Formats: sequence, structure tokens, C-alpha cells
Amino acid sequence: MEAGRRSVSGWTVANVVVVLYAMVPVLWIASLSFKDPSTFTDGSFIPRKWTLGNYAGIFTNADFVRGLVNSIGIGLISTFVAIVFGTMAAYAVARLTFPGKRLLIGVSLLIAMFPQISLVSPLFQIERALGLFNTWAGLILPYITFALPLTIYTLSAFFREIPWELEKAAKMDGATPFQAFWQVIVPLAAPGMVTTAILAFIFCWNDFLFAISLTSSDAARTAPATISFFTGSTQFEDPTGSISAAAVVITIPIVIFVLFFQRRIVAGLTSGAVKG
Amino acid sequence: MNGAASGRASASRGASRAKGRALTEGQRAERRLGLWLCAPAAIIMVVVTGWPIVYSVLLSLQRYDLRFPEDKAWIGLSNYATVLSSEVWWNAFWVTLLITVVSVAIELVLGMLLAFAMYRAIVGRGLIRTVVLIPYGIVTVAAAYGWKYAWTPGTGWLAGLLPGGSAPLTERGPAIAIIILAEVWKTTPFMALLLMAGLAVVPEELLRAASVDGASLWQRFTRVTLPLMKPAILVALLFRTLDAFRIFDNIYVLTNGSQGTGSVSISAYHNLIGGLNLGIGSTMSVLILVTVAIIAVVFILGFGTAAPGSER
Repeated sequence: MEAGRRSVSGWTVANVVVVLYAMVPVLWIASLSFKDPSTFTDGSFIPRKWTLGNYAGIFTNADFVRGLVNSIGIGLISTFVAIVFGTMAAYAVARLTFPGKRLLIGVSLLIAMFPQISLVSPLFQIERALGLFNTWAGLILPYITFALPLTIYTLSAFFREIPWELEKAAKMDGATPFQAFWQVIVPLAAPGMVTTAILAFIFCWNDFLFAISLTSSDAARTAPATISFFTGSTQFEDPTGSISAAAVVITIPIVIFVLFFQRRIVAGLTSGAVKG
Repeated sequence: MNGAASGRASASRGASRAKGRALTEGQRAERRLGLWLCAPAAIIMVVVTGWPIVYSVLLSLQRYDLRFPEDKAWIGLSNYATVLSSEVWWNAFWVTLLITVVSVAIELVLGMLLAFAMYRAIVGRGLIRTVVLIPYGIVTVAAAYGWKYAWTPGTGWLAGLLPGGSAPLTERGPAIAIIILAEVWKTTPFMALLLMAGLAVVPEELLRAASVDGASLWQRFTRVTLPLMKPAILVALLFRTLDAFRIFDNIYVLTNGSQGTGSVSISAYHNLIGGLNLGIGSTMSVLILVTVAIIAVVFILGFGTAAPGSER
């Protein structure tokens, strides 16, 4: 009883430490985003003079709004394509015997570890030649490429857990392998696919290096890159408020995903690795 | 396809022969399906990475500065000579290595503690598992601005804790420490999740047996848990080491590489986008790729079958 109570309070302390660790830096940027510009330099953790002006400012900033639209559009398209192609490949990896399977796994592993900067210089030049530079497609292509290893790994781990007798039963009933895949397996795999889609979207949403290297205007520049170009509306104005408000805005979707899909995200992040 | 069906139909005629044939047909259909299903993913990955890699090797052998395109020429390995004899490159290289080693080491220790907390928590398990995902998910650039302002004299709550007049982000040592802090904060949760998956592999009975035999908590950890977790630890270390080596976002925001705090990725970026020097930028890209390959090979050779993917 005594030991039980002690461990409960021990865990409470541990929880508090972990929550502070994770939340303090986030709360700080949120606090900064609510500070009135005259109080930026007071160094206080909690705003002394609250305002929504910083948010009003960024949402009337055409570049930032455009950046958000680019981020959402590019992120969704890349995620969708990566999930469709990744699902197909992961099914094959998890279920079928075919030549080149190990090669596919090897290539995806290489890409997962690939230093993105090594692609930036050639892609910069190739995309300029092909007219892809500073377009959505110019960012979507590398994003799909780097999201694919993640989707193939995570999904093939999920696919191994599926009761495959059902597929066999469907085939007995005369379904083609494709029908068995599409009508029986895909619905069972949907939870894993949602998880993987979230991870892939987070990856695209997070990217900064490709976003600043392969764009030159707000035609395709995503929100994180747009933020790094904030200078304040006049030369003398400090961009601190706009940058913090924008940082909070681009953090919100992630916080929502995390709150709703915590269990799934943990399962997805670890599934690829345990089997390794 | 209908290989199974035709196999059943001919079963009366000669069970063993028909079965053998049906299997071969089935196998062939399976191979075909497998290749078709993998084709789109494989083609995209190879097209987007394969040709650019070859192209960047070609670029690295040329004098190619977009500001002086008429000077373009094949110059063999002299870009490599230029980069490898440049103090800036080696400084960036050692800084990157320092950041990688220190941050991965800290993350391993913190991540292990966090993994235990998440795995063993009796109270509030859902809460900690949820909050640790926030640093993982947050956009690196957003978090980096948070750290930047936190350490900016006058503005920041952390800078206020330092003796007056110090501006840590403008001094090399403190700036590198802050870069490591930002990196550790952001990626420890990921490390912890991978390690937690490894913890799940350790059988409870084994720990209980060790405890009955009088093993202390520390002994149980070092003699039972750690050896069994080795594969998970190695995978986590490999992924994080390679990831840390390509550090870019945090440095770009925090110092943009000033005061000798730039990483190799920052150097390559500045040569390419700032300097528009494709030759030198590509040479650095190739060198970074080679370094990453060496790190990966060392890990995989050193740890044998523990390498991810080898099980399949």
C-alpha cells in the first residue's frame, strides 16, 4: 500500500517532468505570439499585454496565406500518391514472393537514410531545365520519394498483422488476386493506412530544405519557408510577432493529429523498427 | 488468378501433377502481380534519386558557376581538391560530427529514460505518450524560432537567466550548444518511441526471474534488458545518427552558419543557392553522400544482422 502510493507519486513527478519538457518550448512560442509588440523585449514567459494583432497580421499577409495553401495542397497530394503507391508495394512486400523484393527494400532503406542536401543541387538544376522549378510538382516529386520508404515500411509491418485467411477465402470464392486485395484487404488495412498517411503528411508538412531550395516565389513556397522570409512589414518593424504567430499556426494541425491519433502514431512509428 | 480453380478441376486426373502445375502458374501470377504492384513506387524512387545522384557526380567534375556560365568546363577532380583543402569545409565537417555525436549520445540516455517512463507508467501513460509526440511532430523551423527567441537577449526567457550582456547565439560554443539543445529536444521522443518498441520485446518473466534471483534494478537493466534490446537500440542509433548528420533546419534558423557553426548541409546549401556554384555545391553533396554511406556501412558491418530490413 505504502509502496503503491510512493510509486504513484513517483509517476506523477515523472509525468510533470515529461509534460514540462515537451510543452515549455511550445508554450513559449505561443506566449510570444500573443504578446503586444511593445512588450516583446520584456523577457517575460507570460505575456503582460495580450493581443491577437500578430495573428490578424499574418492572415492578412498574402505571402503567408499563399504559403499555407501551398503547404496543404502539396502535402495532401504527396501523401495521397505516396499512400497509393506505397500500399501497393507494401502489400507485395508483405504477401508475395517475387524477384527484386529485397532490392526494393534495400532501395527504400537507402532513400530513408539519404541526405536530402545531396539531392538539392542536382534537382535544382534538373528542375530548372524541365520547368519544374518553383512549381508544386517540383516539390511533390521529392516529397513522394522520401515519403515512400516510410509508407512501404510502416504499411508492410501493418499488413503482416492482417488475418490473411480472409484473402484465401475470397480467392476460393472466385475473387481475383486484385479483388481479394482491393475488397477484402484494403478495408482491413485502412487503420494502418490512416496512420501512415499522417506520418507521411507530417514529413511533407515539416520539410524546409527542399521548400527553400526548389522555390523562388510564393508560387510553390510552403509555409515553413515563407516564415523564414518574414522581415516585418516595414524595415523597422520586428518580425518576432508574425514569426511566432505563424509558427503556432503551422503547429496546430500537428497537435490536432497527435491528440486524435496518439495511439496509432506511436504504433506506426515503431512498427517498422521492431521487426528490424 | 484462376490457377487454383483449374488446379482443383484437374485434381481428379492426377492430383500430384496438377498441383505442381497449378502452383507454378500461381507463382508466376504472383511474381507478375508483385512486380506490377512495386513498379510505380520503385520507378518514382529511382527516377527522383538515381539520375540526380549521377548528375551531381557529373556536376562535381565541372567548373560550373551559374554567375559565369561561359566558364563551364570539365576539370576532373579539382573541385574535390578545392573542397577538401578548404578550412571552411573541414570546420563544417567537424561541427557536424560534433553535433551528431553529442546529440545522439544525449538522446540515447534521455530517450531510454523517456522510454521507461512511457512503457512502465502506471499513471498518466496516455498523457505522456501524447505530449512526447508534440516535439516529434512540430515543424522544426517553428520550434527553432522558439529557441532562437528564447535565447535572444532582451526577448527571451532563457537569455534572461544568463549574465547581462551575453548573446549566446553570437558566440560559437554557446551557439553550438543551443543547436544541440534544439536538436535533442525535437528528436528525443522519436528515439524514445523506437526504444520503447524494443522494451516491449523483453519478456516480463525473465525480469521477474532475475529479480527473484536477487538482481538489482541496475543489474536487471544492464544484464537482461539491454542485451535483448540491442537490435532496437542499434536501429534507433543508425537512424538518428544519419538523421543528425544531415542537420539543416535548426542551424539555418538559429545561426545560419555564422561564427563557424554551419553544418556540411548548410555549407553545401550556401554554395549552391547563395553562391550559385553548382560545381562546388555538388562536390559537397557527393562528399556528404559518401560520408553517410560510410557511417551506414560501419553500423551495418559492426552490427551484422541487426541491420533493419535484413530480417526480410
